[in-house]
Amino acid sequence: MKNKLIELRSISKSFDGEQVLCGIDLDIHDKEFITLLGPSGCGKTTTLRIIGGFETPDGGDVFFDGKRINDVPPYQRQVNTVFQKYALFPHLNVYDNVAFGLRLQKVKEEEILERVREMLAMTGLRGFENRRTTTLSGGQQQRVAIARALINRPRVLLLDEPLGALDLKLRKDMQNELKRIQHATGITFIYVTHDQEEALSMSDTVVVMANGKIQQIGSPTDIYNEPVNAFVADFIGESNIIDGIMLSDRRARFAGHTFECVDSGFSPNESVDIVIRPEDVDVVPVEKGMLAGKVTSVTFKGDYYEIIVDVCGFKWMIETSDYVAPEAKIGIHIEPDAIHVMKKSEYSGMFGDYSTFSEEMDHLSDPDAEVESEEGEE
Amino acid sequence: MKQKRSLLERAAAVPHMLWAVLFIIGPLLFVLYFAFTDTKGEFSFSNIELLSSYSHIFFLSICFSLVATAFCLLIGYPLAFVMSRAKPSTQKLLTVLLMLPMWISLLIRTYSLMTLLDNGGLVNSLLTSMGLAPVTIVGTGGAVILGMIYDFLPYMVLPIYTSMSKLDGRYLEAAADLGCNGFQTLFRVILPLTVPGIVSGVTMVFVPSISTFYISQKLGGGNFDLIGDTIERQFKFTSTYHVGAALSLVMMILILISIAVMNRFSDSDGEDMPI
Repeated sequence: MKNKLIELRSISKSFDGEQVLCGIDLDIHDKEFITLLGPSGCGKTTTLRIIGGFETPDGGDVFFDGKRINDVPPYQRQVNTVFQKYALFPHLNVYDNVAFGLRLQKVKEEEILERVREMLAMTGLRGFENRRTTTLSGGQQQRVAIARALINRPRVLLLDEPLGALDLKLRKDMQNELKRIQHATGITFIYVTHDQEEALSMSDTVVVMANGKIQQIGSPTDIYNEPVNAFVADFIGESNIIDGIMLSDRRARFAGHTFECVDSGFSPNESVDIVIRPEDVDVVPVEKGMLAGKVTSVTFKGDYYEIIVDVCGFKWMIETSDYVAPEAKIGIHIEPDAIHVMKKSEYSGMFGDYSTFSEEMDHLSDPDAEVESEEGEE
Repeated sequence: MKQKRSLLERAAAVPHMLWAVLFIIGPLLFVLYFAFTDTKGEFSFSNIELLSSYSHIFFLSICFSLVATAFCLLIGYPLAFVMSRAKPSTQKLLTVLLMLPMWISLLIRTYSLMTLLDNGGLVNSLLTSMGLAPVTIVGTGGAVILGMIYDFLPYMVLPIYTSMSKLDGRYLEAAADLGCNGFQTLFRVILPLTVPGIVSGVTMVFVPSISTFYISQKLGGGNFDLIGDTIERQFKFTSTYHVGAALSLVMMILILISIAVMNRFSDSDGEDMPI
């Protein structure tokens, strides 16, 4: 049975009077791959730095293995970090960088040699021992950073946007690599990223954060299929989020139509947010549709078309494998289990309408903008 | 590939060229000429041969400058460290305080130091007023070294301070993360990464220390003959110009060698720090 390794209890932190974290409660289990996911400035990096010991929380407690560690300095924690831009020591070569932690622990040189070799083999860096770190590519530096942290056999490895500086192909390779290393070593990984796809594909548990608060904790499928509010639904994948009313259990009314659904437990006629994923909407002839609308744009995405449909002024995003002509009138069919009902939240009405689609996406998917603002946050 | 420079660019360089020829290259050629000629103006190695009798002066000068440089490093490095870690406003204040003495002529500063340390000076008056025996400071080797430290310390602190403030905080966090306490971070990360600053600091203190003549004359009370003093004396009379030039030449070579040695140091150690 997995036991709790790290517990965060109502952690709060502010920088220059600005609240960055506000009442963070989080349990991290042994051998777990947990990802802190959120847009820039949501507090995910600060949370990681508090666990690493680089920031002290203003309020709340950090427990490690049941012991309170608020005041334990970083060098006494059983935690190692892979930093955002690696922070490899430029005055040392690859071998000495990786051996750095062991030398501090006064490990014998023969054992260091053996363990460094083993680590370099695991991270695919055999033969790079004498290279200067400044002559390595981004991906190689990344591997050195991982080896340098893992060689100390920490209980927990903290990874702060470790793949942020790599190109897409390399990111994918390193994602698999990291997953493999985590399995092989059995070390708890706490991973910070703003990339939802990365979070979903790598993690056992995803923690979605926004505005210094945890929005949702759950497995990738939970987070995707059962988002708790409009923010999570919008941040993870694509979502149509529509104002609705829960008439009774399993009956929801939105877009001028009453739908059958699978959710229950709301008070009668409660105002709710309805989430429907673009891939769960079926395109049918107008006369057979529950709703009807006009196609305003069609984008070819390779294995599917992404179309935007105007239904009485609300723009839906739909993914369909069949071509639909722009300006065509189509019908929309939605299965009961494709409808996800959420309670109203502070984020209601802020997301989920694709009228202003392109600008919003450009902002969210620009990794450089993210890196810069994360630094500002520190 | 050589790019053709515009006329304007070349014209702009002319004053500098003239300056360099008149005041740098010209004098150097004169030094060379005098070093290898005798009083009749004929080519001769006699000046160079004479130099062996000055070897003890060279030795003493090198010793004094090395000791002064070592003390400057010992005092300057921690000071630069403290400065780089202080609040930005404190950093500015400390930098100004450090630069302030450099706005006053070196001669005046040295002279003031002498009057402070003199037998009837402030320090000894204080000691006698407290009922203690006065100490002779001026005229000792220690006073000369103290003068060098006092005059040249800022040249040690400033380059080290610069390379410390350029040091990326992430290296320090990485060191702490891997298990370094404060001291280990200092010796394993900060020190190696600030070698370029140390190298320029050491050069900037060693070179003026080895060539100074005023400090030893005032604070040494004439008891110590350093190379600077010797050269100055040779140039007081036309007849000894030639030996003076030979001495200058040897000292220039010494300084060039020491700079070359120092540069090797910084080349092999993280000069190209990626920040």
